[in-house]
Amino acid sequence: MTTTRTAPGAPAAGANGGITYREAMRAALREALAKDERVFLMGEDVGRYGGCFAVSLGLLEEFGPERIRDTPLSESAFVGAGIGAALAGMRPIVEIMTVNFSLLALDQILNNAATLSHMSGGQFGVPLVIRMTTGAGRQLAAQHSHSLEGWYTHIPGLRIVAPATLEDARGMLWTALADPDPVLIFEHGSLYTLSGELPPGAGAVDIDRAAVRRPGSDVSLITYGGTLHKTLEAAGRLASEGVEAEVLDLRSLRPLDDATIMDSVRRTHRAVVVDEAWRSGSLSAEISARVTEQVFYELDAPVARVCGVEIPIPYPRHLEEAAVPQPDDVVAAAHRVVSGDA
Amino acid sequence: MTTKKTVKTDPGGAAGEAARTAGGAARDAAAKERRSLLHEMLRIRRFEERCVELYSAAEIRGFMHLYIGEEAVAAGVMPELGPEDAVVTTYREHGHALARGIPAEAIMAEMFGRSTGCSRGRGGSMHLFDAATRFYGGNAIVAGGLPLAVGLALADRMRGADRVTACFLGDGAAAEGEFHECLNLAALWRLPVLFVCENNQYAMGTALAREHAETDLALRASSYGLVAWAVDGMDALAVSAAARRAAEAVRWGGGPHFLEMRTYRYRAHSMYDPDRYRTKAEIEEWRRHDPIDALAARLRADGDLGGDDLAAMDKEIAAEIDGAVKAARKAPLEPVADLTRFVYSERAVRP
Repeated sequence: MTTTRTAPGAPAAGANGGITYREAMRAALREALAKDERVFLMGEDVGRYGGCFAVSLGLLEEFGPERIRDTPLSESAFVGAGIGAALAGMRPIVEIMTVNFSLLALDQILNNAATLSHMSGGQFGVPLVIRMTTGAGRQLAAQHSHSLEGWYTHIPGLRIVAPATLEDARGMLWTALADPDPVLIFEHGSLYTLSGELPPGAGAVDIDRAAVRRPGSDVSLITYGGTLHKTLEAAGRLASEGVEAEVLDLRSLRPLDDATIMDSVRRTHRAVVVDEAWRSGSLSAEISARVTEQVFYELDAPVARVCGVEIPIPYPRHLEEAAVPQPDDVVAAAHRVVSGDA
Repeated sequence: MTTKKTVKTDPGGAAGEAARTAGGAARDAAAKERRSLLHEMLRIRRFEERCVELYSAAEIRGFMHLYIGEEAVAAGVMPELGPEDAVVTTYREHGHALARGIPAEAIMAEMFGRSTGCSRGRGGSMHLFDAATRFYGGNAIVAGGLPLAVGLALADRMRGADRVTACFLGDGAAAEGEFHECLNLAALWRLPVLFVCENNQYAMGTALAREHAETDLALRASSYGLVAWAVDGMDALAVSAAARRAAEAVRWGGGPHFLEMRTYRYRAHSMYDPDRYRTKAEIEEWRRHDPIDALAARLRADGDLGGDDLAAMDKEIAAEIDGAVKAARKAPLEPVADLTRFVYSERAVRP
């Protein structure tokens, strides 16, 4: 059960006087703890250490050890304890350092959190929030870098969200806490230092709907989480090359917002799914299938996918970069579907 | 009995002796309590004997795990819990559910997969749930219920409620990682959990000594800083006394307690199990310590059980079970239109 924990180092200060994704997430936690006394945060190093990724830094001093609760390295026990506490009416937020470690708690997440409501005939609900990081990009090698959120989207009874922007980092937690069912929040590790301005009134956001982050008419680039910003960069380059790409941020991975996806494809007639996870049996496969099922006759080209290379993520930077989608890959795929060479 | 280690009888068992020698109202109350213990054990056994018939007649399906032989544990522990306490248990839980007060009718209907079942027919034998009695299942993953119990107790602890969460587990669970994670966490945070380990000597078909390097489970539990002791799980009075003492200690802040109930199941692990891993002689040896026979003999010797009393109990129980079976047969099935209900909370508004 012991896995190497990598120290994250000090939190990056909000560059340019703005706020970081990490700080937005912390503000959301602080608000949740202040607003509802049933809320508590539990996980590995969330207290004295300040959070494995420094998200919960300072919260222990503010809210005390009862509500900012350091746990042993016992993923199954503390995730399951979160489920039990939620069953009893609390609103736990459980932090797992990375999705890789969540596999040690998979039994509790799948066999209990996701099933108790149905199996009890609706008598019990599990209003639990589980936060964890996902994704590559920090040279942490194969046991700390995978994108397994797509696996979790397979499971009925769970709700899966992926905040990719500062607004969503600030707002999704509260919406997740208000949900009577278990919600898993996947935070891509490369996003914590993302910085920008957040409107002063930023708060709860709708987590049911995908968002069009950039409108366009030639191709729909469908993505979420860590690859959103790479995809936006690709869209900028495509525009300078004469291709207007629409960028869709899924935000909610389960349930998928079919309506927004299909509306976009109906406008552009072409789709590229960008997903850092492996292609085989993936969320990108699901999205591609749904597009084919629902708007096949609107398509001018087969749906294309830009996914992670099917290898365990390697350590050296050049190999890691080559293993996951980069803006170049997205640009190339978009050109292929637009030119009909797909 | 063939347990390797000597079973320490809980000193609280002396309470029964005291009651016996006390006079008047106290003595009557004690006798009533002991008769009720006998009644509950008999009720659990008869309920399951009927389940066997119904299973053979294909009216009950799926995996079904019988508790016959272990009745003293559920019957002895449950009366020591209050209505606000919580129960988390395993897939061998008919006895726990009955003793906790879930109506036999709702349990039987669940076995039949009917909508009047305590889980609306969606769980079956292994997944009995009941919000009214804080009965949180019915967990069919070995040791899967332990983290839930820790969490329920954590919630009580954080809210300052003097509630107990009783967590039933088998000896097989002691080999799972969750056993160690949860005992550690419960002890570390001094959570109000009463772990009741039903050591029936076999994890499915594997004997204790074939799967554990250290077979003294109470000893292992105590290594986590819990108060733990072994109890003769075939002696309903010993179970009851131990449970009373432990539950009270847990309730008043004594931290988690662990009771290893040394018991035995006469029947196979499940209805599919050909039971080739043990001898008939071994089963017979344990049957000689049958918890129902033993308590009945003791009550008779004390003059608290008359010649016809047991037969009268049996008749009353048979009528209750007949009623439950009749009601289950007549009960409606869930409409297929409701197939996808309860996957998500019906309070939630979904796109």
